[in-house]
Amino acid sequence: MPKPLGFEKPLGMRDILPDLLSRQRYIENQLRHCIEKWGYQEIMTPTLEYYDTVGGASATLDDKLFKLLDRQGKTVVLRPDVTAPIARVVSSLLKEEPFPIRLYYHANVFRTQEKEAGRNAEFYQTGVELIGEQDVTADAEVIALAVQSLKEAGVEKFKIAVGHMGFLYGLFEEIVQDEDSREDLIRFLEEHNYVGYRERISELPLTDVDRRRLFVVSSLRGGAEKLQDALELTTNGRARKAVRNLQELIEALSAYDVMDFVIFDLNLVSNLDYYTGIVFEGYAEDLGFPVCSGGRYDSLLGKFGRPAPATGFALKMDRLTQASSLTPRQESKKRVLILFTRDNRAEAIREACRLRNEAPDMIVTTQLIGEIETKETPLSEDRFDQVIRLDGGGQS
Amino acid sequence: MNNQDNLLTIAMPKGRIFEEAVELLRKAELPLPPEFEESRRLIIDVPEAGLRFMLAKPVDVPTYVEYGTADLGVVGKDVLVEEERDVYELLDLEISRCHMAVAGLPDWKPTHTPRVATKYPRLASRYFREQGHQVEVIKLNGSIELAPLIGLADRIVDIVSTGRTLRENGLVELEYIMPITSRLIANRVSYRMKSQQVDHICQRFSSVIGKGETE
Repeated sequence: MPKPLGFEKPLGMRDILPDLLSRQRYIENQLRHCIEKWGYQEIMTPTLEYYDTVGGASATLDDKLFKLLDRQGKTVVLRPDVTAPIARVVSSLLKEEPFPIRLYYHANVFRTQEKEAGRNAEFYQTGVELIGEQDVTADAEVIALAVQSLKEAGVEKFKIAVGHMGFLYGLFEEIVQDEDSREDLIRFLEEHNYVGYRERISELPLTDVDRRRLFVVSSLRGGAEKLQDALELTTNGRARKAVRNLQELIEALSAYDVMDFVIFDLNLVSNLDYYTGIVFEGYAEDLGFPVCSGGRYDSLLGKFGRPAPATGFALKMDRLTQASSLTPRQESKKRVLILFTRDNRAEAIREACRLRNEAPDMIVTTQLIGEIETKETPLSEDRFDQVIRLDGGGQS
Repeated sequence: MNNQDNLLTIAMPKGRIFEEAVELLRKAELPLPPEFEESRRLIIDVPEAGLRFMLAKPVDVPTYVEYGTADLGVVGKDVLVEEERDVYELLDLEISRCHMAVAGLPDWKPTHTPRVATKYPRLASRYFREQGHQVEVIKLNGSIELAPLIGLADRIVDIVSTGRTLRENGLVELEYIMPITSRLIANRVSYRMKSQQVDHICQRFSSVIGKGETE
């Protein structure tokens, strides 16, 4: 490997320049206001965590973790998400805090990328965690909050697809005897490989009726009526409980008046070892990647010694910035430039301080110029509403 | 995705797969214009069918679909396995049938420094790893059959349809790796945001694949 050029950055790392950043910050602020209104408190956790604790508990695959060694020789990771660190905090520093706990964060997370050199390995996320609530009311709250967040972030057309991990597990339990085969089927759905899923079903020793029941699963996406179809498909307790759970979710989401944004998809399977109940993903029109994802993770907190049910979601800020129609409000602030020569420096500085203090809506920039009156200044004057020249020659 | 007419965009590989897929769509009674296949344009709109076709290099099809610039794509399983893109694999179209195989000279014997030339390095190294063999995989971009003839590698991994190319170059198939057919793939957002359009195309396709596997 040749030595990097002076301007190079490690693979997947990105600078965010002022124009884009102001847009991102603006959206962040919208989100912050929105989420705080629902009673969530912001939290910050460290960038580095132990591989053995947070690294192992995280939903991120091991080979996507940035691992390094600390001075003691312990393996640490750049945080791949904030959910696991929050679980750690809730189980330690906040262990006396009664449930439910509502927290939100705004943070960068890190995941290695192999495929494209240009792909990000550092992402900004805004997310919420609602910890200590088992009831579907909590799932409804975070889904409704996700809808509200996407609206506030200026995403005009979007849908949240909602599924339930319990349904497929239950259905497969009922139909497929062999545990390995069940895992194969789940794995195929997790990999989005419906062809493999159907091929595997064809190989299994099943009756035609059962085979059809498994095939039908891929059509279980759409409106609330699909839940009825799902219910009729199975007698398994776990699967039916999952569907009932979703039906109750509809009740709560209707009260939030967000059902227009929700579709159901019982094929939605993600992070098998992590999510335990309702799962969801948000999609914006004209954007090829999901803008948010979340769900119930009832077994994570236990890994940190304070078992508790929990649910939450994360919004992907880079995708959101792409999908958002918001532009930072046209600054109503007046931009003033004070140009001064060395002789007038004291006067210029005093004037600038006075303006900044007295006129809160004013942005005042000072700039030293040469002794000789030139038309050229180091700053482009047309970016300012007013230019004051203190060069001994009077105001322009 | 930025088309106003709300057409569903399908990325298709140029060449044989495209022709066979179009034939399938015609059988499914989608109104495709005549001489459609002869066009040299890279983007062909067929508003009557609500479709926009995008012609791409086969290996790029999963990329277009993953990024959502195409809602759907038709692509060989070989490319799909090699590229490992995050897309939905919806249907086996059962066209462009062939298989992935290991081939070599008829007198091939295991060597101490086995080398395998292929267009599919990821697939090949995974296959040999799973067999418990250690081989050096050499990536080539074409004329793979050349490699054993000139001693660059002792075997190749490539797709075999009739076996004619192998025969004409004096090579024989040594191991069968996996069957290959073309698949219908979908972007994960389009699959949900445009589910009705996507399902419609799936149904059209599966009505003529004749297995009726989608419901």
